[in-house]
Amino acid sequence: MAMTITEKILAAHAGREFVEPGELVNVKVDIALGNDITAPVAIREFSKLDVKTVWDKSRVVLVPDHFVPNKDIQSAEQAKILRDFAREHSLTNYFEVGKMGIEHCLLPEQGLVVPGDLVIGADSHTCTYGALGAFSTGVGSTDLAAAMALGETWLKVPESIKFIYSGELPQWVGGKDLILFTIGKIGVDGALYKAMEFCGPAIEKLNMDGRFTMANMAVEAGAKNGIIAPDNTTWEYVQGRAKRGYSFQESDPKAKYAEVYEFDVSSLSPQVALPHLPENVKPVEEVSGITVDQAVIGSCTNGRISDLREAASVLKGRTVNPNVRLLVIPGTQDIYLQAMKEGLIETFIAAGAAVSTPTCGPCLGGHMGILAAGERAIATTNRNFVGRMGHPESEVYLANPAVAAASAILGRIAHPREVE
Amino acid sequence: MELKGKTWKFGADVDTDAIIPARYLNTSEPSELAKHCMEDADPGFPAKVQPGDIIVAGKNFGCGSSREHAPIAIKAAGVSCVIAKSFARIFYRNSFNIGLPIFESPAAAEGIQEGDEVSVDMETGKITNQTRGEEYQATPIPPFMQEIISAGGLINYVSKRVKENV
Repeated sequence: MAMTITEKILAAHAGREFVEPGELVNVKVDIALGNDITAPVAIREFSKLDVKTVWDKSRVVLVPDHFVPNKDIQSAEQAKILRDFAREHSLTNYFEVGKMGIEHCLLPEQGLVVPGDLVIGADSHTCTYGALGAFSTGVGSTDLAAAMALGETWLKVPESIKFIYSGELPQWVGGKDLILFTIGKIGVDGALYKAMEFCGPAIEKLNMDGRFTMANMAVEAGAKNGIIAPDNTTWEYVQGRAKRGYSFQESDPKAKYAEVYEFDVSSLSPQVALPHLPENVKPVEEVSGITVDQAVIGSCTNGRISDLREAASVLKGRTVNPNVRLLVIPGTQDIYLQAMKEGLIETFIAAGAAVSTPTCGPCLGGHMGILAAGERAIATTNRNFVGRMGHPESEVYLANPAVAAASAILGRIAHPREVE
Repeated sequence: MELKGKTWKFGADVDTDAIIPARYLNTSEPSELAKHCMEDADPGFPAKVQPGDIIVAGKNFGCGSSREHAPIAIKAAGVSCVIAKSFARIFYRNSFNIGLPIFESPAAAEGIQEGDEVSVDMETGKITNQTRGEEYQATPIPPFMQEIISAGGLINYVSKRVKENV
């Protein structure tokens, strides 16, 4: 029987030949992930179980990234819970400040997630790893606790929606624009409970970083997972990183889809999502007069090296508008180092940006760039809900790194070509 | 078991940042989270919600983050259950895992007005609006979810499994 890539990975992890949408399956997980907000709750629940330790010391991954470096005493206590647990159970994949990164930038970079994997993480953006051709999805802390003990979890096999992107992407248009455009078309619950499968010529030409951005925001359409079939681009990325064996899966030609969308993206503009939902998407040209107080370039959505290169190419030799604070947050220490070697960090600082150690910080209104009442930010992050980056009366506009950089220069939302 | 209370109504796409803003996530203490429950959707909510009250909302309730703190905050605020047109996926899972009953019913989500007195039959999913004399049927809770609930939540369920494996 024909299956989608999502169904094949679920079947493989359920020890089955075949699964179909709607079935409940008990699956083995390859990685179970938690962070400094969700893992303390998971560890509390785990301690109620009658088990001595985790199912696998190398596959329970803990990354303090949300409120670290510790923003206050309570956050320090939460981060300490992870550190203590990691030591007590000799976890090999706990990432301390100075070695850590934003979890969804870090795990693929370190080769901890590989194609064909099944990953659950107590963080909604765990769906990012679908870019590698893995099944990965966000869960809550209790689900994480159970998986930490058993190395398995239950899942309902989702229906899949296929998104085919044809045409060549124009300059300054990338993965962020494709996913924002898509969410704009189908809405924030347009893929509720479903798998979003991204394919087509435009995806085949997209680099890994752009693919991570797309899969990352699948949850913003309500999806269970986003996924892209592995190809040569995936192979080049995984080669030399993978810590385990991997398998390339792809959908059968006769696989069944709940829906199929086809978009010609050859004349797509950079997209901007207006407050307060990621579905309020408009081409940048339609919102280019809106002034901004802050620009944020980073996050699990757009904190990778290609994102920083794109932003630096716009900022090189230019300066940040005096009315704007530009924050640049490399996703991991390796990305930070690479950006230094390439001179990108110098470009940012010369332009007047503040560059930070990796953290989720401002994306969720945690720290390192909180907005006051009435303030407005353009950000390469993933959510623009009420109060997401600070005061409930502040606003967040979502865009790609080049748009955020151009907006930081002009003090208003701008198409990158306006500063060329 | 019957849940009964006064309803508070919210719109569509209520996100987890509205349910419990991230600025309060430096703790996971339920009573602390309850103090800020639904704060960014209705700043007065934590002060006025009474034990047993019911939240009624539109589509995609609980979208956004995976934070279990969201259903924990609602439960700790004394809310007996949430009725919505639909629920975001992770919120749905989390609610069962921590023991917050939730019911999917577009008819109830539309028919119920704020302040209505409503009761819900946990087993059948029948929702009765005493104020308006109306009845609605919620999607029954799937059998495997009932198993988790009958075990007393996912942790107890897993404890049982772990013992069986030994």
